Amino acid sequence: MKLKDILACVDGVLVCGESHLEDEVKRGFASDLMSDVLTILEDDILLITGLSNNQAIRTAEMSDISNILLVRNKKPSQTMIDMANELNIALAYTSYSLFKTSGLLFAQGLKPVY
Amino acid sequence: MRQEYLVPAQDFSVAGVASSNLKRLLKQLNINPFTIKRIMVAVFEAEVNVIAHSFGGRIVCDLEEEEITIQVIDTGPGIPNLDLAMTEGWSTASEQVRELGYGAGMGLPNIKKNCDHLTIQTKAGEHTHITMRFCLKEGE
Repeated sequence: MKLKDILACVDGVLVCGESHLEDEVKRGFASDLMSDVLTILEDDILLITGLSNNQAIRTAEMSDISNILLVRNKKPSQTMIDMANELNIALAYTSYSLFKTSGLLFAQGLKPVY
Repeated sequence: MRQEYLVPAQDFSVAGVASSNLKRLLKQLNINPFTIKRIMVAVFEAEVNVIAHSFGGRIVCDLEEEEITIQVIDTGPGIPNLDLAMTEGWSTASEQVRELGYGAGMGLPNIKKNCDHLTIQTKAGEHTHITMRFCLKEGE
């Protein structure tokens, strides 16, 4: 599923990382716990999270995650946007909950990690 | 080649900076991307542990042709029960650490999972010295 289709599915707003819109995302992982995110070694993942802080960006960097979708209308701070730009990570947000976002994307064919 | 990075105590504004610098270096050395990911997850977990639980410390990386050895050495206060600390889900992290998305008790088990060889020397009241080794040759 392309990132642009993911954003259309959840009424998402891309904040930075336009070059990633055509990225093919294979799987989604939803968690507010970065400790859990760090257990995943698969590639081409969309991180869906309500954790809107620098640690979400830093964790994505370490796990080679290029696409982050913030839920519950958690708009990223300027520091997060600067970090994401520097690390070439696409950052978007949606007003939907973690549950609704995950459900809609799963129904559209985005596969889970487990 | 040896690289060393300082890690302060309790300052989460710089959490991941040392790991990020190391990752940049490993990429420049053209190390296999999956190996880099394993190394970075393990080192980042260790870096967060130093910030969250210790009085500060340092990360020392020795980069050789066939192996990378990374030592994470803090200045205390040590781990009273290492067996418990290695148990998934067991954590002594503060509420502040949990609010930042860490402290789920996955750190040390995840470090063990991602490196090829791990030793941990620690004792209550003393420092903790973690040594991680990563083989760079495929199949080892």
